[in-house]
Amino acid sequence: MSELGADTMRGIPWPSNGLTEIPFRLYTDPEQYRLEQERIFKGPTWSFLCLASEIAKPGDYVATTIGETAVIVTRDAAGEVNAFVNRCAHRGNLLCFERQGNVKEIKCIYHGWTYDLSGKLTGVAFERGVKRQGGMPAEFRKDEHDLARLRVAEIAGLVFGSFRDDAPDLENYLGPQVVGGIRRVLNRPARILGRSTQVLPNNWKLYSENTKDTYHASILHLFLTTFRINRLSMPGGIYIDDSGGNHFSQAKLDYAAEDADYNREGLRSDSDLRLEDPSVIESVDEYGDSVSVQILTIFPSMILQQIRNTIAVRVIRPRGLDKTELDWIHLGFDDDDEAMTERRLRQGNLVGAAGYISMEDGCVGGFVQRALRFNDDDSGVVMMGGYDAASQPFRSSEAAIRGFWKKYRALIGN
Amino acid sequence: MDDLAVRLGVNELIAAYVDCIDEDRLEEWPDFFVEQCRYVITSRSSHEAGLPHGVVYAASRGMLVDRVTALRRANIFEPHRYRHIVGPIRIEQVDATVASAHSNFIAVRVMHDGEMSLFAAGRYLDRIDVTSQPYRFIERLVVLDSQKIDTLLVIPL
Repeated sequence: MSELGADTMRGIPWPSNGLTEIPFRLYTDPEQYRLEQERIFKGPTWSFLCLASEIAKPGDYVATTIGETAVIVTRDAAGEVNAFVNRCAHRGNLLCFERQGNVKEIKCIYHGWTYDLSGKLTGVAFERGVKRQGGMPAEFRKDEHDLARLRVAEIAGLVFGSFRDDAPDLENYLGPQVVGGIRRVLNRPARILGRSTQVLPNNWKLYSENTKDTYHASILHLFLTTFRINRLSMPGGIYIDDSGGNHFSQAKLDYAAEDADYNREGLRSDSDLRLEDPSVIESVDEYGDSVSVQILTIFPSMILQQIRNTIAVRVIRPRGLDKTELDWIHLGFDDDDEAMTERRLRQGNLVGAAGYISMEDGCVGGFVQRALRFNDDDSGVVMMGGYDAASQPFRSSEAAIRGFWKKYRALIGN
Repeated sequence: MDDLAVRLGVNELIAAYVDCIDEDRLEEWPDFFVEQCRYVITSRSSHEAGLPHGVVYAASRGMLVDRVTALRRANIFEPHRYRHIVGPIRIEQVDATVASAHSNFIAVRVMHDGEMSLFAAGRYLDRIDVTSQPYRFIERLVVLDSQKIDTLLVIPL
C-alpha cells in the first residue's frame, strides 16, 4: 500500500466517539493493519530501537524493526547514534541481515552501494563505468540517494526512533510521570541477562491492551493466589499521560512482612498449597519504595517491566494481522552481586514465555483472535473504572486500555 | 568404572525422562534430578553469548516440584502433550561420580484437537550422578536451537 493509498483509507468505523466500545474488526481487518503501519508505527510516535549499551562502540549496529519496517541503528565514528531504513536506495535490498555487528560502513551485497554510518551514500560501484563504458549519467547525484533517516532519542539507556519530524520530543511524548517511571527502574547502568522471543497467535493490539489491563491480573493469572502469595499487597495506582498512550501501573508490597509471613506459614502442616522452594518469589525492595510491580508502556510497542526483582524490556513486533512477536530482554544491573543476579534469575520463572504469572498472556490473545474469526461485527466493552483515560488511584480499572484507544484514534484519524 | 554399565545407565535415564514427560507422569519428573540440581531452558544464542537467564531456571528439585504443581493447579493453557525424539547420546566424560553427556532432541507439540507442530529442537547438556541407581541429573541444560517459543512453554522439555 502506497502512502497515497493509505491517505484515502478511513479505517474501521467506531460506534461512538467514546473510548468504551472497541470494534472487533480492528483486530481482523487487513486494511486496518496496513493503516496502522503507516499512521502509528511510521506516524508521529516513538518506538524502542535498542539499548544504548548494544551500540556502545563506533561502528556498532543493531538491525531491528519498527512495526514491520526494517531499520538499522548505528553508532558513528563521532559517537552519535543514527537510525535509518534498512533498505538500499538502489534496488531496495536489505542492507543488514544479521541482528548485530560492527562495521566501518554499510555496504549492500547486491550491487555494492556503500553508506556511511549516518546513512549517507558514499559509494556506487562502477559509478564511472568500466573502461569508460556504462556508468551513471552525469546528472546522477549521490547526495540525492541517502538512506531515509529516522530521528533518534535516548532516555535511561533506551534508544528510540521516530519516522516523523512532527513527533514531539521524546520526553514530551512520554509525559513527565512516565519519564519518572522509566528513570525509577533504570536508575543505574543495566546489563542484559538474556533474551527470548514469544510468538503470539494474535493481533499486536491484543497484547498491547493486555499490558495495560490491570483488571485481569488476579483473575487470569492464578499462580500467586494458588500458592497464597502476595496477600499483603497494597493498592497502587495507574498513571496515564495526557495523550493516553503511555502509562504505568504500580502495586506495592510489604516485602519484610511477606517474607516473615511465608516462612512462618510454611511451617504449618495444613493441606494448603505452598511452594516447595520459595526462592522464586524471595525479593528485595531494591528501590526502597515498596513498589513490587510496575508495568510501564510506551505507545505503541514497548513495555518496561519491574515485577519484584525481574526487570525486562518487552517489544511488541506485529508480524501480520494475527501474529505478533514479543521480544523479551531480561535485565540486571552492573552493580548486582552474585546473590542479586541469582535472585533475578530465579524470579525470572515468573515472567516470559514460561512465566508463572505471564504465560497465560501468551494464549489468551490467541483465544480472542480465534473467537473473532468471522464473528467480528460487534464491539468489546471497556468500562471498568469509568469512561475516560485518566490516572486512577486503584487498579481494578480499564482506564489505561481506554488510553491506548484514545491515542490510537487520534493517530488513525477517526 | 565399567564404561558399558555407565552408558546403559545414562541411556536409560535419558529415555525414561522423556517417557515420563510425554506420557504425562509429570509428578515423577522431579525425581530424575538430585536434590541440589540445576535445570535451565535457554537458547543457543543466549548460551553462546554466555547470558545466564533461562526461560525456565530451576536451582533445586523443589523448584521442579513447584513447576509441576503450578502446571496442574494454577496455570491456564490449552491442553497439549509432547512427543520427544532423542538422538544418539554422546558421553563426553566420566569420572567416579559424574558423567557428562550430550544429546539432540526434537519435541513435537500435539494440541488436544490434534493440531501438531514442531515445538522445539535443541540439545541436552547433562551432568549425571552415577554413584547410585537409578542415575540422576545433577544438571540438565536444555539449549533450544531457536530463541522463539510459540505461544507459551508450560510442560517441561
